[in-house]
Amino acid sequence: MSRPRAAGTVSGLIAIAVSAVVFLVPFAFIVLTASKNRSESALRDFSLPTEWAIWENFLAVVQARDYMLLAAFVNSTILTVASVAIMVVLAAMVGYVMQRRPNRWTPLLNALVLAGLIIPPAVVPTIWVLQGLGLFRTLHGLILIEVAFGLSFCVLLFRAFTATIPRELDEAAMIDGAGPVRLFFQVVLPLLRSVIVTAVIVQSVAVFNDFQNPLYFLPGDSNATVQLTLYNFRSQYTTQWNLLFMDILLITIPPLIMYAFFNRQIVAGLTSGAVKG
Amino acid sequence: MTTTAPPAPRQRRRDPRRHYPMWFYLPAGVVYGTLFIVPTIASFYFAFTRWNMTGAEFIGLENFALFFSEPYLFQGLVNTFVYGVLTSGLKVVLGLLLAVFLTSQIIARGYLRSVVFFPTLVSVVGVGITFTVLMDPEEGLINRALAAVGIAGPGWLTDPDLALFSVALVDVWKGVGLATLIYIAGVVAIPQEYFEAARVDGATAFQNLRYITLPLLRPATATVIVLSLIGGLRSFDLIWAMTQGGPGFTSDVVASVIFKQYQAGFWGLSSAGNVVLFLLVAALMVPLYWKLNRKEVEQ
Repeated sequence: MSRPRAAGTVSGLIAIAVSAVVFLVPFAFIVLTASKNRSESALRDFSLPTEWAIWENFLAVVQARDYMLLAAFVNSTILTVASVAIMVVLAAMVGYVMQRRPNRWTPLLNALVLAGLIIPPAVVPTIWVLQGLGLFRTLHGLILIEVAFGLSFCVLLFRAFTATIPRELDEAAMIDGAGPVRLFFQVVLPLLRSVIVTAVIVQSVAVFNDFQNPLYFLPGDSNATVQLTLYNFRSQYTTQWNLLFMDILLITIPPLIMYAFFNRQIVAGLTSGAVKG
Repeated sequence: MTTTAPPAPRQRRRDPRRHYPMWFYLPAGVVYGTLFIVPTIASFYFAFTRWNMTGAEFIGLENFALFFSEPYLFQGLVNTFVYGVLTSGLKVVLGLLLAVFLTSQIIARGYLRSVVFFPTLVSVVGVGITFTVLMDPEEGLINRALAAVGIAGPGWLTDPDLALFSVALVDVWKGVGLATLIYIAGVVAIPQEYFEAARVDGATAFQNLRYITLPLLRPATATVIVLSLIGGLRSFDLIWAMTQGGPGFTSDVVASVIFKQYQAGFWGLSSAGNVVLFLLVAALMVPLYWKLNRKEVEQ
């Protein structure tokens, strides 16, 4: 038994070394550049800063352009919380009825749900619709866009999970006199908790990191999301690499926290369906 | 009330379908219909028009003729195909190898899994900017490291022949964690009895991989191919953050062409780009879906 274990140790050590170079160096580079002063960061080399300026850089990037980054964090938080909350409730309603009440329209609905996963959204016609509704360049519009584009993934997740909840529970609730709304929100929805957590986390990371949709549907500096500040700061800070990388660092922290707390749910959500195909 | 509900009230109460009301579809349907279905259908009309600030004028297939004749548009189509197939292929191969490695008896397995997976969660634009700096031909860390061992590194993002592949590599760096995760779930689900039986028969490690692991990972492979191909074909964020389609238009993909034409005010042409992308995705995904599903039935 000692030889395989030795081999496991050796290959593990090699893997740790390789992973450090391939995966950790880029992150270390972000942290190091974010803690340097302006002239040192301009060298863009991989070295320890002679003086750590991490706090000064943090203040500078937060205060830049009239606290734009703070406003962007507020915008991104509103966007993420609102769109994920709406998306999850609406998708749970659809997935639940689709699973419980199949009829001859269900194949068509299935096709529509899959279409949402596969088809790239048509950008300019979407802007045209948003303008018609008066929602272009508004946070409300972008929230609804994220809901529309995220629904498919959530519906598939909820439909699969609703199948594991026994129908006898529904019937018991009906006999006790629960109406359809109460049955869903007070009996079924609480039982979907684990899959709700999964959907919320996976979609929050996706919406928070989304760059393309804010770029198209919420352009401009006035209510930028954090991903857009990165893009805007980049053209402004071509000589201030320390501030640009501080911005990257700050934007990386929320997903890092998510991962630290919920990595099991993230893994469950992303691998659902992988084994059964 | 009475006109729309034909069955008698008593019957209705027993009918369990009443408890799964159709109006549950309504809120999701309204949002999805207005902001996804309607624009998708509308794109098929606008693709045939010259559409800008002044209005939309029907011009038939002119946009599409332009798309297939102009190099700066057609190159995007070719690049989208190359990028999608390349990233998806690399994710399958590397994801599979990493998953087999990360499920074997090695030390620090948990750490290695986390470190491979974490880039999946990080902002695409952040990764793009970081790697643009790392891949700088003179100042970049990668070429400095290569120079230290005596290799003259290429201009990763400035060489027209290389830019698309450099971006694809970063895409794989960022996305391989998801493929690995899916494969790990697949490997863990394989019953250990198969490997025990193979050991009794004297199978080598390679034979285990070839005749047990690989065939049983087919559903995982299907998932990885479908997911990474869908992602790769519509990929925009990373390319825009790293090269903006440059140098010239050598790393443009259809998604970046759509954005450029939109910014330039050629909305009809931009919509035509959407239709072209739609057709490309459909042309690749439909046969793939069919093939992957059919083989599963045959087994």
